Amino acid sequence: MCGIVGLFLKDKSLEPKLGQMLSDMLITMTDRGPDSAGIAIYGSETRGKVKLTVQSDTPDRDFAGLDKDIQKALGGDVTMRVKDTHAVIEVDTAWAAAARTVLAELRPNVRIMSTGETLEIYKEVGLPKNVASRFDISSMSGSHGIGHTRMATESAVTTMGAHPFNTGRDQCLVHNGSLSNHASLRRKLRKAGIHIETENDTEVGAAYLTWKMQQGATLGQALESSLDDLDGFFTFVVGTKDGFGVVRDPIACKPAVMAETDQYVAFGSEYRALVNLPGIDYARVWEPEPSTVYFWSHNSAPTATEKAA
Amino acid sequence: METFDLEAQGLRNLNAALQSQTKETNQTAWEIVNAKGSHAIAVGLDAPIEVTVRGSTGYYCGGMNKQATIHVKGSAGPGVAENMMSGTVIIDGDASQYAGATANGGTLVIKGNASSRCGISMKGVDIIVHGNVGHMSAFMGQSGNLVVCGDAGDALGDSLYEARLFVRGKVKSLGADCIEKEMRPEHLEILKDLLERGESDAKPEEFKRYGSARKLYNFDIDNAY
Repeated sequence: MCGIVGLFLKDKSLEPKLGQMLSDMLITMTDRGPDSAGIAIYGSETRGKVKLTVQSDTPDRDFAGLDKDIQKALGGDVTMRVKDTHAVIEVDTAWAAAARTVLAELRPNVRIMSTGETLEIYKEVGLPKNVASRFDISSMSGSHGIGHTRMATESAVTTMGAHPFNTGRDQCLVHNGSLSNHASLRRKLRKAGIHIETENDTEVGAAYLTWKMQQGATLGQALESSLDDLDGFFTFVVGTKDGFGVVRDPIACKPAVMAETDQYVAFGSEYRALVNLPGIDYARVWEPEPSTVYFWSHNSAPTATEKAA
Repeated sequence: METFDLEAQGLRNLNAALQSQTKETNQTAWEIVNAKGSHAIAVGLDAPIEVTVRGSTGYYCGGMNKQATIHVKGSAGPGVAENMMSGTVIIDGDASQYAGATANGGTLVIKGNASSRCGISMKGVDIIVHGNVGHMSAFMGQSGNLVVCGDAGDALGDSLYEARLFVRGKVKSLGADCIEKEMRPEHLEILKDLLERGESDAKPEEFKRYGSARKLYNFDIDNAY
């Protein structure tokens, strides 16, 4: 099963409530998958800085003095906010890649959840309500976000097997379904030099999109070609710095409902996830068509083929 | 009229109350408020009662229905009226995938659009859709009628046995062994009755009829991989 949600705000006055609205939507989807949960929030940005959201199973040990250690290695200003098992480390944009290398040397047990200017990903094993409260998601503001609650089928129930998956800077993906050609695709992508950490099928889907975009495809084009190259069932919701997109496989047996008003565009695996959104009774509610890429953007001219982030 | 607040009183209490009604019941009219997309609303009913659902429903609303009339004043989630045996289910909005799946009898009216696999493996139900239906509708349909006043998606009637399909608009593609068939006077009569029961003002003459070519009934080596 798995439950996925997404919320893209058009009305800026709702932004302080994004975390609250998105966590409520995800908690409603708990019985679609109680194994692990995760939320990606596109929040504030510090000019010239990039955020690495990292995770550790032993945060007390790993996060102690980590900002100073990175600063010593890289120079410049490094800030860190610790939230339970996660920490958001901000470094100068130019050092994003160097920070990853340094981090691997300084704290080999720390895993990178996401890299982005506005994106922060929080995910752990457990129920959505517990994961949301551990990271105090409901207090987070932002322009858009996506979330996932997992019923594991293709790989182990671990933090790294939880969604969303970071596919590139400020990009992430959640998935409902199962990919059946992930093993062969993983071998192919690893040969092409793409880093894939786990045996999880969705991570391969995310890596596939990364690979396509590295080759020059736009996010829209990468999603289009996923319809040819990914075998199995999928409803994907992808987040980018400016917006979010939705695509379903041609069979489209994994459910999806969308709602749009003047204030927001919302996605849910089921209508239940949307029922408490403001003005839902007057929203345009529909099911996204199979094999069709949908995209909403804060850019003035949104298009499915925009070069994301 | 008995009003039931689903949020306050709970799904099990609702279905227990509805399922305990008998043919002789005096409580023939029920209204369900705060449906909020909940699953399995008004399933397994077996009495000639009228149930009105305010709002949209989740999975399997009206499943296994016998005798009852269930009217959803909103849209319906996946599997509405699945395996219905008799009675009527009316959806004012849209219906999600596999509406009326495997249903043996009764009437399912969808006033908006139906999604993919509408009437999959239908076994005698009459389904009237005012809008469009998605891909693989009436897949492996065995008996009954599917009326589509709008357009049909890909692979309509794939591997059809004997259900009748009537489509007024365009058919994106026909599935394996599904063909267009002649609309004879007796079919126009059947369709007229179906449209009346479905509260549609479409004219039977505007429709085309599709059905099984019956070429998959027997094993053919050329169909084997």
